[in-house]
Amino acid sequence: MFETLHSLSMGFAMALTPHVLLYAFVGCVVGTLVGVLPGVGPLAGISLLLPVTYGLDATSALVLLAGIYYGAMYGGSTTSILMRIPGEAASVMTCIDGYAMTQKGRAGAALAVAAVGSFVAGTLSIVGLMLLAPPLAEFALRFGPPESFALLVLGLLVLAYMSSGPMTRSLAMAALGLLLGMVGMDTMTGLFRFDYGVSELGDGIGVVPVAVGLFGISEIMLSAGQNMRADVRAPRLRELLPTAREWRQSAAPIGRGTLLGFLIGIIPGPGHVISSFVSYSVERRLSNHPERFGEGAIEGVAGPESANNSATSGAFVPMLALGLPSGAVPAIMLAAMMIHGIAPGPLLMQQQPQLFWGVIASMYVGNVVLLILNLPFVGIFVNILRIPYAYLYPCLLAFATIGVYAVNNSVIDVWIMAAAGLAGYVLRKLEFEIAPIILGLVLAPMLELNFRQSLALSAGDYTIFFTRPIAAIMLGIGLVLLVLGMRSIFMRAARARMAMGLAPAADTGPERNR
Amino acid sequence: VRRLTIDQVAGSVFAAFSILVLWESRSIPFGFLAEPGPGAVPVLLAATLLVCSIAVVIGGRASKPLAEIHWKEWPHALAILAACAFMALAIERLGYRLTIFAALLVLVGAVERKGWIAAVIFAAAFSFGTYFLFNTLLRVPLPQGPFGL
Repeated sequence: MFETLHSLSMGFAMALTPHVLLYAFVGCVVGTLVGVLPGVGPLAGISLLLPVTYGLDATSALVLLAGIYYGAMYGGSTTSILMRIPGEAASVMTCIDGYAMTQKGRAGAALAVAAVGSFVAGTLSIVGLMLLAPPLAEFALRFGPPESFALLVLGLLVLAYMSSGPMTRSLAMAALGLLLGMVGMDTMTGLFRFDYGVSELGDGIGVVPVAVGLFGISEIMLSAGQNMRADVRAPRLRELLPTAREWRQSAAPIGRGTLLGFLIGIIPGPGHVISSFVSYSVERRLSNHPERFGEGAIEGVAGPESANNSATSGAFVPMLALGLPSGAVPAIMLAAMMIHGIAPGPLLMQQQPQLFWGVIASMYVGNVVLLILNLPFVGIFVNILRIPYAYLYPCLLAFATIGVYAVNNSVIDVWIMAAAGLAGYVLRKLEFEIAPIILGLVLAPMLELNFRQSLALSAGDYTIFFTRPIAAIMLGIGLVLLVLGMRSIFMRAARARMAMGLAPAADTGPERNR
Repeated sequence: VRRLTIDQVAGSVFAAFSILVLWESRSIPFGFLAEPGPGAVPVLLAATLLVCSIAVVIGGRASKPLAEIHWKEWPHALAILAACAFMALAIERLGYRLTIFAALLVLVGAVERKGWIAAVIFAAAFSFGTYFLFNTLLRVPLPQGPFGL
């Protein structure tokens, strides 16, 4: 405990130096803007600011990117409440009761509860991150190649299981991402694979161009052309005070949302989105007056908004402690760390204590900054919605291009971004999950290395993955998830067979049997 | 053909892609299962993708028909892709400022039809402004074109 406090004070010394403080502030401002703007999620925001971070030291870069991530969770609530437009996916649930409150003239109270809930959840969950990550990393230090391999496989399987739709679809996406990660030099033999004579491909397909294309460009392609003019009225400062009764009603949902969000955030998957859905349904079930939900229940704002903020801190736990990103945003941050020459993994905290604790401390600072930005200044941010999308998206496109180009000064990366943009556009139209692709791409080199090293350790004996207890447990959990995920497919096949066998000439045609 | 569902079509495309990868992997030494070489993991992954894709096709009979997907935003999407391609071709030849200026001018002026005067002012302000921000203030080197622009 004493050690933690000591490290934290070191972190605060780092986080309160003027330039780190400045980047935390910039990150929070950009994050809030990103959250307010519909069609620009935290991922697109992070990719827009990536070029800015190349000139920075690693700590400032990570502080900036982390600020965007949790800042977006604050900002996302604003447009949901005022206009029923979710700024990003995690704020969808806030639209329901938040907008209902606006219609009743309680917009200010809803905004205040969302901001305070986000602040409480953000701060408490950083305490959780601070206490959980170091022991987890210490535990993971004992991992050899088989355990690391099992962990990576488990991470991908959990992500596929948590994704919407049939598990086979998300598994196919993960396999696709892993295959993309196979391009380039084989680290063990130095042989070039799938490079087709393009020297840039020898280094592999970059995470940044693929991520910016899959998420940023595809998002612009999907939303360009739908020109919505926002009619916004910013609430006055005086209206921002909830009544004592509203505070009382939101206290417990904020607490529950914080806990739920943190726990769900740790698990690979779109934690900030899932946690807000779970929190909303939990609050409705626990409520004595569930009929108030949808009519402007303040619990329906407090719970989900706290949960999505808490989930972002949760997502940092596996990323900082294990080097395992739990979703697309942490995967990009991991890539940004690697650009700065920092190897992610359980050794991070020992080798780069000032980075780890500096980022943690800056998150505390950032939450205070965000509370200030989102309460008195909410009216300023709402004005950004007056920018027509016809002007906004060309800017976003240009930013994305600079960001991608400047990583390696490579035109090939811009082409990869365009190709990934097209792929992302088509896949999202077809309702495929694209997060597993990014995760697969980031994890592919580690997965392959650990797989081959494990077999080298055991002289080619595959039982090494099942005789070492930690690896066996992780792979066992993965197998269970796989079976659970496939269950619906088997059941559907069985039902179809039964329907065909038992009802051959019924009045329903064969194509109506599923 | 009109009855085909999303999953049947997408799964088949993925299956075809995985077969292509398997075919392309034939020149990379596989090694042995007990001692995998550089070609082993790509082959295993492509096989995994093939199995998943077949499962997607088989399980996809009940998914949404492909014909139900509307592509009404395609002109904008195409313009954006074209802008990306233009920027990739031009950025090292024309330099950052001219490339971005041209791309924004066409997107705002021609695709979005916001009026040419507004488009010129907007494109010039953005391209020169961001160049100053990144190149001069943040020291991210950006390519220069003819006349040092």
